[in-house]
Amino acid sequence: MLELTWFLLWGILWAVYFALDGYDFGLGINMPLLATSETDRRTIYNAAGPFWDGNQVWLVTAGGVTFAAFPATYAVMFSSLYSALMLLLFALIFRGISFEFRRKVDSDSWRKFWDGCNVIGSLLPALLFGVAFANIFMGIPLNAQRINEGNLLSLLNPYGLAGGILFVLLFSFHGSLWLAVKSQGALMERAEALAHKLWFAVVAMVAIFLAMSVFYTNLFHNYLANPVLLFLLLLPVGGLIMAKVFLSRQAQWQAWGASGLGIIGVTLFGVIGLYPKLLPSSIDPAYSMTIANSASSTLTLQIMLVVALLCVPVVIAYQAWSHYRFGHKITAKDLEYEEAY
Amino acid sequence: MDILLLSRLQFAMTTFVHFIFVPLTLGLSLLVAYMESKYVRTGEEIYKRMTKFWGKLFLINFALGVVTGIALEFQFGTNWANYSSYVGDIFGSLLAIEATLAFFLESTFLGIWIFGWQRLSPKMHNASIWLVGLASNLSAFWIIMANGWMQNPVGYLLADGRAELASFGALVTNGFAWNQFIHILAASYVLSGMFVMGISAYHLARGNNVDLFNRSFRIAAPFTLIFALVLVVHGHSHGANVAKHQPAKLAAMESHWETMPRAPQYLVVVPDPIRDGNRLELLPIPAGLSLLTYHSPNAVVQGLKDFAPEDRPPVWLTFISFRTMVGFGMALLLLSAWAWKNRHDPQRSATMLKLLPWMIPVPYLAIQFGWLVAEVGRQPWIVYGVMRTADAVSPGISVSQVVGSLAGFIAIYAMLVALHIFLLGKYSRLGPEAPPRVKV
Ligand code: HDD
Ligand code: HEM
Ligand code: HEM
Repeated sequence: MLELTWFLLWGILWAVYFALDGYDFGLGINMPLLATSETDRRTIYNAAGPFWDGNQVWLVTAGGVTFAAFPATYAVMFSSLYSALMLLLFALIFRGISFEFRRKVDSDSWRKFWDGCNVIGSLLPALLFGVAFANIFMGIPLNAQRINEGNLLSLLNPYGLAGGILFVLLFSFHGSLWLAVKSQGALMERAEALAHKLWFAVVAMVAIFLAMSVFYTNLFHNYLANPVLLFLLLLPVGGLIMAKVFLSRQAQWQAWGASGLGIIGVTLFGVIGLYPKLLPSSIDPAYSMTIANSASSTLTLQIMLVVALLCVPVVIAYQAWSHYRFGHKITAKDLEYEEAY
Repeated sequence: MDILLLSRLQFAMTTFVHFIFVPLTLGLSLLVAYMESKYVRTGEEIYKRMTKFWGKLFLINFALGVVTGIALEFQFGTNWANYSSYVGDIFGSLLAIEATLAFFLESTFLGIWIFGWQRLSPKMHNASIWLVGLASNLSAFWIIMANGWMQNPVGYLLADGRAELASFGALVTNGFAWNQFIHILAASYVLSGMFVMGISAYHLARGNNVDLFNRSFRIAAPFTLIFALVLVVHGHSHGANVAKHQPAKLAAMESHWETMPRAPQYLVVVPDPIRDGNRLELLPIPAGLSLLTYHSPNAVVQGLKDFAPEDRPPVWLTFISFRTMVGFGMALLLLSAWAWKNRHDPQRSATMLKLLPWMIPVPYLAIQFGWLVAEVGRQPWIVYGVMRTADAVSPGISVSQVVGSLAGFIAIYAMLVALHIFLLGKYSRLGPEAPPRVKV
């Protein structure tokens, strides 16, 4: 029971991370598509400004919980994906400092450089997370010693690539919805127009990904064994449909919320399909990393559960408050503000 | 080069760079929060300008602390997979708790503070930076409990081929770790105080914004002196603690070879580890080492020869780092006493104003040397007495992967450090004048 709880929490942490940092990545990915002036670019930076760092901590926590709750999986997963993770790290470094540094020197080439860092530092993580998670859903070639016999290129198989594209589209869609919340005038209209177009691409890609999952993965086993679980598909499907409905009604906050639910749904769909595995082996199912062979001791899981139950609701409360408090449309006056990015 | 050596280099390099940024975050967050509290309480505009000026430097530093921190979080899994699966039950939980309890608070409220000057009430705005300061110090607590467990493992039992948690209470009341925590906080506060005084001195020497920098100086001076005293006094008992728990480390710190009572403390030593001894030992204080470590002249101090060669830490590096840190600690104590004496009118001493900006690197270096003592002196163990560093490395990674990531880190971190120095230099020299704004 305890282990199942932690498995679910593990999936939820990653899902929430994608739903939150996803819109920051989306803003970066969309910058070249939407920004036509310096004001536009600054609006985009400031749309993520007060939140991106707090959003990124969900990644730190998801990584930390993998380590704490399933140490052996953390060890095998992170060392198996070594090169992909290092690329991810480097990208996150550049993305992170682009916010703080872009405005620190008054020169066009300086700003261009940090814009490049922000765009690539958003696109690459989106792609890599998608590739990594698709490969986790599918399984990687772990041998009896739990050593990955593949390499960076073998991650870029068709299913992995489909996962990467799916994440890029989802995040780009999600980011354009957040930009619609935070901006006004022509930029907001362009963001909404982009979201309308992206929606079709996202839906097509979700369908392709689900279809490919039938052939490439065993994710549906759990669903076929417990058809009730299929209700879970309501989350991604419903989230995406509602996002479109709200978007058409210009209910911007609701549209953004619905696409966030969609992202959570897509992630959880995969995670529930994995159970009880955390990292399947494509060589022999017996070599997989599972709850049984990697969970922490009962005492550790209990203590962490207490900490999580006490703290995470508080975290959600103050992060929600900060989104509410700073969710206003960015005006020219906001951009003149000394501390703005 | 093998994977182990490369991974060690990479871990050492990335933690060192992370720890360039960490101590200033720990101390300056509190100083800035205090300055803003003065503004809220007195309503004097000058404290607002002061908060904004130091706050700007704080934010540049903070951004780099964040991005280099994530690199560490990932490396336990990428490079130290055997370590992670062996001790994750204990070590991983401390990291996860650090993130949920501290990092969320810190990062969320920092965003609120940056963007909240006009949107929150002054009290609420001030509370958010206090939360940032509190949370960063709280994060230091948890990470040090984790590191302290590697130094002095407690509250675990070996079962199922790994270390399992037996008592969480023992983890968070680990005396060794608490000593490290006190030491590191004090060191970070000294660094932050020296930073504020050094930059204030730079401007005071030039007569810029005299009132603002005088007041900044007056805030930092007692803060620095108090914690410099704590550092030196407490550092001594920290050493005694090391002697108790890690005798081989203590022997390497002192380059002390023979187990004996009434061990002398030599003021000048040149170690010669190849011949299991010292090439030169001058100016002995009789029974000094016994007195310092066990507070009794007749106490027996274990020498390195008591340990099999494969159980000894690298002597030269541990020894030199320790001596340098202690030397710098003494120098910082004198400096901060001098600065404190002049706190009401720093411009009285032109020499001091000239000297202080140049002293900013000293606490930075002392802190790095301190970590060298702690981490190199712990070798060959990754978890003292429980697991060797050589057994901790990931089995499934290749030399070319680690060479690639190490090269990437070196290139990127060199750039980060250069940017840090450039931007901090630029904005400290610019002073509290609003910087030239970009047209939008
Ligand atoms: C401003 C920085 C600074 C200064 C002035 C000092 N230290 Fe320090 N020292 C550190 C910064 C530091 C540190 C970075 O904080 C370390 C590394 C790990 C730790 O626990 O603290 C450390 C470690 C460290 C250790 C090893 C602890 C271990 O093995 O974990 C000892 C015995 C001392 N210190 C003792 C001293 C003494 C006697 C000092 C003064 C006379 C002193 N330190 C000044
Ligand atoms: C080697 C182990 C360490 C790991 C795994 C680690 C992890 C991290 C991570 C992931 C962050 C970024 C958090 C964010 O996104 O906001 C960070 C930043 C920070 N860490 Fe470290 N850290 C380590 C060492 C230390 C030490 C020794 C201290 C203090 C004594 C410390 C104190 C801080 C502080 C104050 C920050 C500032 C930025 C922030 O928290 O957001 N860290 N660390
Ligand atoms: C931020 C300040 C720190 C610095 C400057 C530092 C420095 C170092 C150095 C120099 C080494 C290499 C020692 C050697 O191989 O000879 C090392 C290793 C290591 N340290 Fe630290 N350390 C710091 C904090 C921490 C903390 C807080 C933790 C854990 C919570 C930690 C965990 C480790 C691990 C896992 C290794 C790798 C194994 C090893 O080489 O011993 N370090 N560190």
